[in-house]
Order: sequence, then structure tokens, then C-alpha cells
Amino acid sequence: MAKPPLRIEDLARGYGPHLNYEPPGGWSEASRPPDRLVKTHCSFCGMQCGIQLKVRDEKVVGFEPWEEFPFNHGMLCPKGVKRYLQGTHPDRLLTSLVRTESGFAPIAYDAALDLAARRLTEIKDKYGPDAIAIYGGASMITEKAYVLGKFARVAVGTKNIDYNGRLCMVSAGTAYKLAFGIDRATNPWTDLAAADVVLIAGSNTAECAPITTHYLWQCRERGGKLIVVDPRMTPITRNADLYLPVRPGTDLALFLAMLHVICRDGLVRQAYVDAHTTGFDAVRASVSAWTPDRASKITGVPAAQIEKAAHWIGQTDRAMGLHARGIEHHSKGVENCLAMVNLYLATGNFGREGAGCMMITGQGNGQGGREHGQKADQLPGMRSITDPEHRKYVAGVWGIEPESLPGPGLSAQEIMDAIHRGEIKALLSMCFNPLVSLPDANFTREALSRLEFFGVIDFFLSETAHHADLVLCGSMHEEDEGVVCSAEGRVQKINKAVEPPGDARSDALIICDLAKRLGKEQYFQYQSTREIFEELRVASRGGIADYYGITWERIEDELGVFWPCPEIGHPGTHRLFENGRFYHADGKAHFQTTEWRESGDPLDASFPLFLTTGRVVSHYLSGTQTRRIGPLVEQCPEPRIELHPRLAERHGIVTGDWMRITTRRAAVVAQASVVKTIRPDTVFIPYHWPGRRSANLLTHRTLDPRSKIPEYKVSACRIEKAEPPPDLESWRLEETGWMPRGPA
Amino acid sequence: MDAQRAGMNAYEFFVDPSRCIGCRACVAACAECDTHRGVSMIHVDYIDRPNSIATTPMVCMHCVEPTCALVCPADAIKQGEDGIVRSALKPRCIACSNCVLACPFGIPTVHVGPELMMKCDMCYDRTSAGLRPMCATVCPSQALTFGPPEVIAKQRLAVATNDFRFGREHVKTKVFMMAPASERVIAVDVEDYMEKGADGPEGWIVDEA
Repeated sequence: MAKPPLRIEDLARGYGPHLNYEPPGGWSEASRPPDRLVKTHCSFCGMQCGIQLKVRDEKVVGFEPWEEFPFNHGMLCPKGVKRYLQGTHPDRLLTSLVRTESGFAPIAYDAALDLAARRLTEIKDKYGPDAIAIYGGASMITEKAYVLGKFARVAVGTKNIDYNGRLCMVSAGTAYKLAFGIDRATNPWTDLAAADVVLIAGSNTAECAPITTHYLWQCRERGGKLIVVDPRMTPITRNADLYLPVRPGTDLALFLAMLHVICRDGLVRQAYVDAHTTGFDAVRASVSAWTPDRASKITGVPAAQIEKAAHWIGQTDRAMGLHARGIEHHSKGVENCLAMVNLYLATGNFGREGAGCMMITGQGNGQGGREHGQKADQLPGMRSITDPEHRKYVAGVWGIEPESLPGPGLSAQEIMDAIHRGEIKALLSMCFNPLVSLPDANFTREALSRLEFFGVIDFFLSETAHHADLVLCGSMHEEDEGVVCSAEGRVQKINKAVEPPGDARSDALIICDLAKRLGKEQYFQYQSTREIFEELRVASRGGIADYYGITWERIEDELGVFWPCPEIGHPGTHRLFENGRFYHADGKAHFQTTEWRESGDPLDASFPLFLTTGRVVSHYLSGTQTRRIGPLVEQCPEPRIELHPRLAERHGIVTGDWMRITTRRAAVVAQASVVKTIRPDTVFIPYHWPGRRSANLLTHRTLDPRSKIPEYKVSACRIEKAEPPPDLESWRLEETGWMPRGPA
Repeated sequence: MDAQRAGMNAYEFFVDPSRCIGCRACVAACAECDTHRGVSMIHVDYIDRPNSIATTPMVCMHCVEPTCALVCPADAIKQGEDGIVRSALKPRCIACSNCVLACPFGIPTVHVGPELMMKCDMCYDRTSAGLRPMCATVCPSQALTFGPPEVIAKQRLAVATNDFRFGREHVKTKVFMMAPASERVIAVDVEDYMEKGADGPEGWIVDEA
């Protein structure tokens, strides 16, 4: 029974979130010079900005911009600036923990491993290996992601391993594999500055990928045009030349109508389509009925604006597209991406400077973390787990029989569903906080309570870890050495600044030690993460995500290497499809038809409004780290519900009022922010918080049938004015550790 | 570092509000400074949040003739030869807030704890060591930029100006504001937009009869 051993408020007292405001030793120590500066990258988003960490007395005490790093030239967002405050945080776990009747108790590392191995073995013997599931995460270095995938399949023998990138990049990845045969952003970010037109669909770029802003502003300074497609005006919209306020869940209709206009007005680059693509005729036929008028009724975007956007893209050979979770978090997320990609294929906008259509990968190692084996359907090198040749190659590298390699397993949400049904009995989770990040949080909580064994590897006690039987004390970003792959496809080096404190261990070491106790020592003989990387290079060789030519030394010397990089002498691949060759066996891009359908949680008379969720600039994902960093919490301490004054007026709500959002699953009460920067039929709430203010209490578990991404970006809801929670003070302290400061 | 420092002498500071995305990286980074430890000297504000997502950052504009220094009764605010207007000198400042009231840009703040006016000194500790000011280094949208004026002139559509008119008060500043190419002087008074010939003190007063 994996239920929290204590009340949440008691757990919060011991394990936080507490707020850290000052460097270790306080500000009076801050003027002492650091012992060294360590060049590495930020621990948060897919931008993977270069940063130097100040280390003094073997502690991370601050940061210094790293201006030579070519992607961000020293630029950082507030999360990057304050990331150093997590290292010496009072909530940092210093020992492993075991659940007892009276709460969590410290347990020695070896005893913790023995316990984990014994419980996993018992469950495997009783129910079979697939009754054990493994969760990974995309904030981890690629070496850890790789070794976790191998651990699941070789040490545990389960098919059920998946990762939190399932909530992030999989719609785009699935679409790109279908269209291009490769799952990577198509261009380096410098290409954005060289484009004549950039269309951004479903991306709060300024808050979720802040460094991208400078590239977009450079584009505009050159005279380029910016088109923004979003139900909300996010900060990037302030300089949009064209803003399309699309109704949540209707992006597909918009893209279909844009392609209709491109076909109708003779803007298709037929020579490019003929030479480099297949399947266009079916796509052309599929958009013939999608007139701008029809799409206008569905999307709420004026037909003339749809035409204008299509013309701008069709009339240049330097058009770029950027998309993110706004079009991907849908039960038709893959179709949304495919339909957007089709616009750029039809107009021949690929393979040149300033021409391409690309995803903005969200998580720090969202790209690298999915390439090498913690994804349910993939083996290292972005190989398919169902392809006999691919299985044979990887089995050969690992020294096992191909037949012993499990097949494709369940995706992240499907794993939670199977836990809820009682089919999966044990879960080992690393770098994932599903209680906050999966949809329908009450369902997730119920599922966790049904586990027979729940083991967590983490450095803070996340809300999900409250439910654990055993917490193995793992490593933080600055305590590991390895690689990540940024949103651009640039493989970068993460350097260790400090050793794991107390009885904490490197996550990779924990995995290998556990594998030994499961009797699989011979497959996990690594002395360091470097040795894991060397094996990964070979395991990826000949695959799509080919890292064979990349070494740690090359990355440091060249400030990153873009994959595919098949040989040591290979320069890496900055821009894809430059020679007109795509990564399918026939060398062509494959147009895919897409079919319009409604979202999985449709509006009706009881739930007449759209709810959409997203992020704010000062927090990262489920907030396990950023909700512990004082200045970031001060910047955004609690979720605020955004709604339009026309809607607010009908409910008598003004800014600061408490209000309730109710969906078919649950209700959340929070304060209102009445702004004209959101559609009047839509409300927005950011999702970084746990407990009663968790946006994911409200969202639904409908998945895209192919990518298995949950439909976070559109739910049906109703709203009303509400009273503040009667226990507001204790509520705030329990869940955020934060109280508004009174007048001075 | 010396070459870098020499080159940096020609650098100027530019503020472009139209680029600001309100992320507050500048605020977070400013607060890291050894000299004011955890307190930011930068203001980032929504211009009108109910109606717009537009935000604007404000650093000290470092006036050529700093009003804050002129009105200081304790002579606590000094301007260096480099044109940088420093925070108030702690032994002299009486925390009277004259500077707060007089500054045309709303920059100085009197801090209650130390009873001291503090404001942006353009990262004197960094610029004197050949480093760019912290806020302009981290700013992810480069709404705050520290660089060579000729490069800015080439790369930006907006034009740098340091000439401000508050009614009939002219203020020249060391820091440049990026303005639309048509606006070489930034006028911030309604009077400046009224009919010509109406600039006398009585000329524009509406006859209430």
C-alpha cells in the first residue's frame, strides 16, 4: 500500500518545499572568490544554455555567464540564474529513506539496495517481469537514460519502461518519424534569425524557451515577419505581425485551411514536391474541402487572416515553423504536427538556411533522453524495438540473445492505467513526478496507492515520492558528468561541479548496483559514466541517432556536436535535409494525410468553456526544483487563472477574486487574473503545483492513439466565483512553503 | 582581459522595451551582485496587464546632469568620470527620498533596512574588470544590451536616442533608449503633442468661461 506514511503537512515540515534564498553561508560569504568555475549547462529546459557554476569549498555557490558558448552567449532566464540555489538546499536528501509506520526513516545505502532487489525479485517471481514498470525522465544525462533502458530490459526483463518525455515530445517525434524518418529539430536556431517568415504555433516561447526570443527578434530586425498561433497572447506575441487566436483544440483545421489556400493559389513548389516527397496528391485532395471559411467557423480565426498566413509562408523560400506542446498535447497531437509540417513540405521550405519546420523540445535532455532507450518503443540510436535487425544489433552490443530482449511496452500514462487496474504491481521511478505531471491527478494518487512496491530514485522528496516504500538518494545535475542533446540537436557536455553529498550516489551507480543485486552484474561493469557513453556510441552506431563519431573530447573542443555524426572525422549535421535527402529508406519525405476530429473532452451545456494549461517562466515542469527556490517562487508563488473580462464580467469576477474551475474530474480554486490577452471562451491555469491547486486534477486521460500523449491542452470546464479556502494559511504553507509578505 | 577592457570603453548600454518579455532574468541576476546581495536594482513592470502582455525593464539611465544628485541635500550622490551615477554614499545618505521624487525615470529606491538610497550603477564591479553588466549579459531577449553603438545601429530597426523631453525639461542620458526610427527625441508630456504655438505657460490653459 503505497500511501503517504504521514499527513502531507508533516511531510512538508520535514522535506519541504522549503524556500532557499541565499547561497551557502549567506550573502556575507558571497564576495569571497570561488575556488573554480565549472563550464556546464543549465539543469532545466531544452535550450540547455551554457553556464559556469561557481564552486567554493566543494559547494555550488553561484553562477557566472558563459559568454563564449555559441547558443546563448551568456544569456539566461531567471531559472538559469537561480538554479545554483538547489545544490545546498535544506531539502536535499542526504540519505536513502524507507517508509515506516511513523514516517520515513533513513536507511543505509546497501540495505536500501537489498530491500529494492528483494521486493523486485519477489514481485517478478510471483507475477512475471512485466508486472514491474520503470519510469525515467528527460532531465537526466543521456548516459543515465541509456543505462536505465538497459536495466529495464536486461536486469529486470520488463517491457514496461517509459519516461516523462511521453508528456512532452512524443507527438512531434512520432510525426517527424512518419514524415521525415528522423526525430530531431530540422535546423540550428541561427536559422530562425535568417528566415523571412516564422510561424509559431502553440508555443509560449518567451516563457518556456526564453533564449529563442533573441533569435526571433533578430529575424524581425532583418524585416522578417512573425506569425503567432495561440489562444492566449503570450509575451512573444507583443511583436507578432499576425496573431491568430485559435480556439483550443482546433489547430488542425487551421493548418488544413492554410494548405488549402497554398494549393488553391498556386503556391505549391511542385518541382520540390515531385523530387523529394511522396503522398502529396492524397494530401492535396484531403484539403480541398477545407476552405478558410469552414476553418474560420471551427477555429474562431477570421478567414482573411488564415489566407494571409498561408500567403506569407507560400510566397517565400525562407519560411520557418516552430511548434511546441500547444499543438502537441492533444488527442490529435501527431496530426497537428503532420499538418503543420505539410505546409513547409508543400512550399519546399526545408534544407536551407532559414527554411524548416521544427519542434521546440521542452525538457533539458528531452532530445537525448528519448534517443537511446528509455522510451517504450525504442532501442539505442533511435532504433525500433520491433525491428528484428535493430533488436539483433543492440542485443549483440549488450551480449544477450535477441529473443531475451522484451518487446514494446506500455507508455507512461498506460503504465499508470495498468497500475490502477492492478496489472502492474511494482514501480521504480527516477526523475519523474507523475502525481503532479500526469493528467487526472486523483486517478494517479489512487493508482499509486495500489502498488505493492514503489521505489523512487531522487534528490528531493517529490509529491510522488510521498507514496514511496523506498527512496534511493540519487544525484543532482551538477553531481554527474555526461552528455545531453539540446533542442537544436546539439550534443553537449554536462560537467560535474561537486560530488553527491552525504550518502547520496550517482543515479547511474545506483542503477548498476541494483542490477548487480538482481544477478546481472556482467552486463553493468561500468566504472564511470564515460564508459557508459563509450558503449552508447557503439550501440547507436548505424542507427538514425548515430553518436559514433561523438566523443566527450570533441564536444568540449567544438562546443557541441550535432548528430547524426557517424564517424570521428564527420563534422556533425547542423541542418537536416540539405541535399534534399530525407531519412526514410527511399530518401524522400512522406506527406501524411490527417483527419479532423473533436477533442476527447468535448464542451456541453454543463461544461461550456475550454480549459488549457501551460507554464510560467519562473517554474519548470512539476516544480520539484523550482518550487524550492525562493526568488523563483516569489516571482510566481501560486497558480493564477487567466480569463477574459467579458467572461469574468458574466460571473462577477475581478482580478484577485477567488474562483473555481470545475471539469468532469475535479474542481480547483485559485485567484483570478482578468486580462484581455486570452480568448473569452477559454481559461488558463499553469500546472507546476501539487495538491489542491494542481491543474492536473482537472485534465483528462485521453491519449493520442499513436504518440500516447495526454490531451493537456484542451478540457471542457465551467467556472464560478468562489470563497477563499477556509484554511488558506496552512494550505499555502503546506503546499508552497510561501506566504504573502505583509506591509513592511 | 586588457584588450577586452579597452574595447569595452566604446560600449554603450541600450534599453529596448519592445523586446522585453517580462521574464525577470535581469532582476534575478542583478540581485546576485556582491554589493547589494539579494536585492535587485532593476524594475520590470507590466505596462497595463489587464490589456496587454507588454512589459518594460528600467535600469538607471545615468543622466548627464543627474537630477537625483542635484536635489540631494546631503551631497551623497556622485557621478564618476565615466559618467556613471553611483548609488548614494552610505555615510552621507539621510534617506530623505528627494532623489526618489525627483528622478524623471523613477529609478532610485530608498531601502528601509539600511536607510539608504540604492540604484543601478551599471555593474561598476564588472565593467571595470572587462565584463559586461550582469543584466545585459543574461537578458534572453536582449531588451537590455551592452555593446558597440555601431553594431546596434546596424542590427536594429529602432534607433538609439538619449535625448528626453519632459515638458520643457531636456534630459540627456548615458544610457540609450531604442525608439521608433521617426522619434529621435522621446517626449513624454502631452504638451509636446499639442498644437504649435501653444507652448507658453498660459497659452494652453483652456479658458473655462
